[in-house]
Amino acid sequence: MDTNAVYQKPSEDEIKTLLSEKFGDSVQVTKTETRRVYAIVKRESIHKVCEYIHDNLTFEHISTVIGVDMVSNMRVVYHINNYFNGCVIELTVDVPNEDLHIASISDIWVGGNWHERETWELFGIFFDGHPKLERLLTPDTYEFYPFRKSYKMRGQE
Amino acid sequence: MMERDLMDIRAETDELTTDKMWVIMGPQHPFSHGLWTLKVELDGEIITDAEPIVGYLHRGWEKECENRPYAKIVPMADRLCYAASMTYSHLYCMTVEKALDIEVPEKAQYIRVVSDEICRISSHLMWLAAVGTDLGNFTVFLWCMREREYWMDLFVRLCGARMTTNYPRIGGVRNDITDLFDRDVDRCTEHFEKSLWDIITLIDDSSIFVSRMKGTGILTREQCVNLGITGPAMRGNGVDFDIRRDDPYETYGKIDFEVPVMNDGDSYSRYMVRVEELFQSCRIIKQAMQKIRAIGKNAPYRLKVPTNVPACTAMCRLEDPRGESLMYLVADGSGKPYRLKVRSPIFTNVSASKPLVVGSRIADVPAIMAMIDMCLGETDR
Repeated sequence: MDTNAVYQKPSEDEIKTLLSEKFGDSVQVTKTETRRVYAIVKRESIHKVCEYIHDNLTFEHISTVIGVDMVSNMRVVYHINNYFNGCVIELTVDVPNEDLHIASISDIWVGGNWHERETWELFGIFFDGHPKLERLLTPDTYEFYPFRKSYKMRGQE
Repeated sequence: MMERDLMDIRAETDELTTDKMWVIMGPQHPFSHGLWTLKVELDGEIITDAEPIVGYLHRGWEKECENRPYAKIVPMADRLCYAASMTYSHLYCMTVEKALDIEVPEKAQYIRVVSDEICRISSHLMWLAAVGTDLGNFTVFLWCMREREYWMDLFVRLCGARMTTNYPRIGGVRNDITDLFDRDVDRCTEHFEKSLWDIITLIDDSSIFVSRMKGTGILTREQCVNLGITGPAMRGNGVDFDIRRDDPYETYGKIDFEVPVMNDGDSYSRYMVRVEELFQSCRIIKQAMQKIRAIGKNAPYRLKVPTNVPACTAMCRLEDPRGESLMYLVADGSGKPYRLKVRSPIFTNVSASKPLVVGSRIADVPAIMAMIDMCLGETDR
């Protein structure tokens, strides 16, 4: 399959084949449903994968960048959306606690800018190459990351 | 002689140099629909730079959910946005149902469709009323709020509350539709389809509205898509995408309706898309009510569901009145969510306010930002 071609409406199976052909072990497509593709991506190749999804598969819109504290590591989840066939790709990236850095994708989709800022301020995951990694929702004086599991609310065990 | 003097003055003013100035609009300002700041840099009255600042209402909603049983999050979900309260409870219930891998009864699905569309109409009317006050036309505000009251009454018939409508439940809806609701929904729809024309005429005949909206806040299709703008603001930029039609949930796949799209990309086309959506919502309500009546009175509307959700992740999205809402749930097998994330449409739309306002005049800012349909409760969560 020609991986340089631009697909406006790739089917779920096509996405699966193209991603595994192009990126090999870096991307592991775990599940496909109607208009949904779920994949696990290695941290080092997230920017390349996103660039490919944007440029060649016409996924023009990023819905979310989500941080999850899995205690043993951090997790970043991306939902990327195609306006031509309504398909959503869910990319899951594990980030080790010792090195909480991941490449920013806000140069590919400007819409990801605030989602990354929010994820940084609430979880402490640094997005390398982000144009303005500043606090957005919480006061500038906060020196902790309130959505981590180690941060307990009043009344929480 | 006189003419030359005037021309000299004009020539002098052309050479005037102006200093740039930062003006801070908000957090409490007649233009801001809620608590947020827009810092704009002015060159004369032209905006050269802008920076939105949010976060005044951050309540830690997502963290709060990690401390509550699944069922007790339903009444919290409608507090995210008072104008589209039912859609958020609906979205939350849909996400948990997806994690539980259950399908709710068909009747409940149709009732949810009806309630979502009533929500859309009341939210759009609220927006139109706000646009009226933003542009100095109080009659538009009063007429829209009056029409909205009829839909609020329908909410009362449906669930007993006007604003924070705590009606959808995990596994269905709280109760069946009442006879009063069944009777009033038709009356309300027919009345509304006529009375909306009065409001449209009032706006379209007003040169204040049209000249403020036409040709302001222009974005290209590519800019709009890349900035992540969704909903009616996006469909005013020529993007033909609606989650209800292209990624259908509940029973939207069985209902016949159109998705209005305009290609101009200015404030006026965003206004036109919303107005057309009001008519389409009436069309959806009529069809869904017919289906509900055909299903009959004694059909089930709610399932019994377990309190614990098995360990999994689930993602659901729906077409909010303002755009794409998405919830992502990470469950760990216990009775409380491990992580629940809300993607609200206005959060991303507000982040696009710089490209929207740069280059326009400061007097256009209220009109441009009103066309985004701001709701800061769901932005900050």
